[in-house]
Amino acid sequence: MPEIILLVFAIIILVSSFFIRNKNVLGVCALSAIVAASLYLPQSHKTDTVLFFNMLTSDSFSLFFKEISLFITGIVVLLSMGYKELTEEYIGEYYFLLLNGTIAMLLAVSSNNLLMIYLSLEMLSLISYLLVAFLKNNTLSSEGALKYFLFGALSTGIMLYGISLIYGLFGTTDLSIISKTINTGQINGLVSLILLVMILAGLGFKCAIVPFHMWAPDVYQGAPTAVTAFISAGPKAVGFAVLLRLFTNNFFYLYANWVDLMMLISIFTMTIGNIIAISQTNIKRMLAYSSIAQAGYMLIGLVVGTASGMEGILYYILAYALMNLGAFGCVILVSNSIRSDAIEDYAGLYKKDPVTSFMLSIFLLSLAGVPPLAGFWGKFLVFSAAIQSKFILLAIVGVLNSVVAAYYYMRVIKYMYLEEPKLEYIKQKSAPLQIALATVMAGVFIAGLYISPFLNWIRNSQFSLFQ
Amino acid sequence: MSFPFLTCIVFLPLAGGLLILFTPKKNVGLIKTIATAVTGTALILSLVLLFNFDCAKTSMQFEENMSWIPSINVSYHLGVDGISIGLVFLTTLLSFLACIGSYSIDTRQKEYFFLYLLLSTGMLGTFIALDLVLFYVLWEIVLVPMYFLIGIWGGPRKEYAAIKFFIYTLAGSIFMLLGILAFYFTSTPHTFSILELGKTTGTLTLSLQIVIFIAFYLGFAVKVPVFPFHTWLPDAHVEAPTPISVLLAGVLLKMGGYGFFRISFPLLKDAAHYFALPFAILGLINIVYGAIVAMAQTDFKKMVAYSSVSHMGFVMLGLASMTVTGSNGALLQMFNHGIITGGMFFLVGVLYTRAHTRDLDKFGGLGVKMPVYSGILTVFALASLGLPGLSGFISEFMSLLGSYAVFKLVTIVSVLGIVITAGYFLYMLQRVLMGPLNERLVSIPDISKRELFVLIPLMLIVILIGVYPLAALKYQMASIEAFIQKIGGGAF
Repeated sequence: MPEIILLVFAIIILVSSFFIRNKNVLGVCALSAIVAASLYLPQSHKTDTVLFFNMLTSDSFSLFFKEISLFITGIVVLLSMGYKELTEEYIGEYYFLLLNGTIAMLLAVSSNNLLMIYLSLEMLSLISYLLVAFLKNNTLSSEGALKYFLFGALSTGIMLYGISLIYGLFGTTDLSIISKTINTGQINGLVSLILLVMILAGLGFKCAIVPFHMWAPDVYQGAPTAVTAFISAGPKAVGFAVLLRLFTNNFFYLYANWVDLMMLISIFTMTIGNIIAISQTNIKRMLAYSSIAQAGYMLIGLVVGTASGMEGILYYILAYALMNLGAFGCVILVSNSIRSDAIEDYAGLYKKDPVTSFMLSIFLLSLAGVPPLAGFWGKFLVFSAAIQSKFILLAIVGVLNSVVAAYYYMRVIKYMYLEEPKLEYIKQKSAPLQIALATVMAGVFIAGLYISPFLNWIRNSQFSLFQ
Repeated sequence: MSFPFLTCIVFLPLAGGLLILFTPKKNVGLIKTIATAVTGTALILSLVLLFNFDCAKTSMQFEENMSWIPSINVSYHLGVDGISIGLVFLTTLLSFLACIGSYSIDTRQKEYFFLYLLLSTGMLGTFIALDLVLFYVLWEIVLVPMYFLIGIWGGPRKEYAAIKFFIYTLAGSIFMLLGILAFYFTSTPHTFSILELGKTTGTLTLSLQIVIFIAFYLGFAVKVPVFPFHTWLPDAHVEAPTPISVLLAGVLLKMGGYGFFRISFPLLKDAAHYFALPFAILGLINIVYGAIVAMAQTDFKKMVAYSSVSHMGFVMLGLASMTVTGSNGALLQMFNHGIITGGMFFLVGVLYTRAHTRDLDKFGGLGVKMPVYSGILTVFALASLGLPGLSGFISEFMSLLGSYAVFKLVTIVSVLGIVITAGYFLYMLQRVLMGPLNERLVSIPDISKRELFVLIPLMLIVILIGVYPLAALKYQMASIEAFIQKIGGGAF
């Protein structure tokens, strides 16, 4: 199993970090762990199987999210190697935690048991808290971690309570048994809705959807930017994977009960995220609100609850991971040079660093949904799923929101290109960062212009879940 | 497969733009050469297209059709017919001339010409795409370079104008996206192909057609612009640098009009009939309101900008009549307006680079100092106000003639607009060319050779179409007749 490969490498890194404290050597080591795991991944999955007493399932849906998780961590490792704030002290522990976080992600997306879901998500959360607090001497970092921890404890507590009630109701936490029982139609709709909302609290916290989003801005701002990139992409993808598995696979019989609630959450998530993002002055905070809003668009695919909705959401997650990692990568590059994350300090970046400002513009335009970049097709697919199933209101709110969003993405671009530089800019080069950015940049263009293979891949991935 | 003319025309500018990205920033001469070469080649290709175009055929010509995203039936489908060929020629011509006009850009040339060529690709693609998704993608591609071109190289309020343009057009076109999706899901089999959808036009229920029509209308009306969505236009036109104003007025506004011709009317014919009268009344408001506001301007460029609002009203009016004459007039009006107003913006630019002001009251007596310039300005102003013998008259007259058969009262009031137009253009000529010479302008030089090179072709076209309208009409007549037949309009 790829998880074992990751674990072995993680321990090797931890042990060798007593002798080697070189950021790049350990980084390459972590990267090779990811590469080895990804190479092994397709072989570990031949047919859909269940493992460990039905705790884990290995289906093409989980395979899709495992691939995405490994990709995200790989990019984050590269970003961390190029991030100057991360010193070589404790660097071994950093990669150790990151790899363990990946293991948690791989487990979470393949869990087939509520308890397993809880455990793996909790493992991911604990590691995330630690990673956020990794800049020990930075008060913002500690504050972010504390907030993250408090919110996380509360929401996962509620989720655990929901799981315990489900156990009381069904006598099991095994999802396949639970879904069989639900499909007989013996469960009261209201009761199950309450249970679902409780579980939603935990998952919504991971995906940063309204009203469980409050932690996001502080955590995104305080965390080391490489970790922010990780949190914005990794746990969010995992949260959506679990959300999809629960809501569209196991609890789909209750669709009529949760659809209105989800629609409201989707509308509020995108609207609140976008409107608050307008007034942000720190780019990491702005991207935090933007990623809340993006989660709102993704939820459209869930609300629709059809095969094309699923397709949209999976593609959106892929595109989102690419462009958000890219945007944070550029933020790292800039902050290495000017030691600031204020949007104002991006003024005149085109003059000092034309390549970075070009790339950041592409990522922001993709987030704004300008064709033919990847982000556009994400929006295109979820909106088309909404129109197809006659969720016209949702589609209209969605498109209006993307107009609002365009404003604040363009604002950053405006500072970069339309204003003259004010700050001293000492250009810092970093090969790993460059590689990471080139990769996601190519991804944003390829997934935008040559989308067919991606759609086929996604179609094959959703099949086992959506029958 | 024959030579892919259309692909070359559309993507040649983009290829040139990418080449420019890899040229050193300092080598401005090379950058300009590349830009001129690719826009020039695109122009030559479009001329080849014109000569090989079969005017009698009403179907698509030079078609290219490849699958792009098979799983949702999106194809890379290009083609031209009589409706688009004129606009393609207009775009390549203005792209080439404005490229030469851009030589006076003196900052950040590398970025400028890259964005310029990207813009050119987007504009050309919009007129050629026959797949709604492809159309939308190319339509949206226009936005981004335009934002930068106004925002970086524009006038004092450039940032405001650029973001206003961006948000307005994005807000409009995003509704168009919903309309496109609605088309897809209501057609059987699901398709984005404009031609396929055209075959089944009118099979949707009226209420559904109305909803889709409004969605597309929001996208196109912002671009045209139709009152009350026109407020971005004066800002964008005034702040943009001269060559970009030329393209804004000459080509971008036509994208909206073309959308009505290609999508709204033929694919939603019942809704088009339903909305014909409001459409005509909006055209009337555009004509009269635009003219009155233009009359009040003291800024030369703003005056021309509002005259665009007024002139585009004739396109709306002619199209709404759904008669052969009216639609022919409307389509020709788009072409003519592109040529004439493009020329007008060049002329404003000529004056601005010399006097550094656009205030009409600060000129005066230039007729003596700049005789050649005065001559050209007079020709364009007269063409714009609709003097018989020049191109503007033909298309405005045809639009009015067509619409008079259907909307008598609206047409009669619209003619008022022509009177006001004559008023403000003559008033402008008087303030700029006649009267005592303003002392600040004693040493103003006449028009340069490069500027002449840009203006002469436009002027020749204005005169040619004015004297021999069939030169332009022959390309579009057959297609327009088929278009009217399809939407069930009056034969007149």
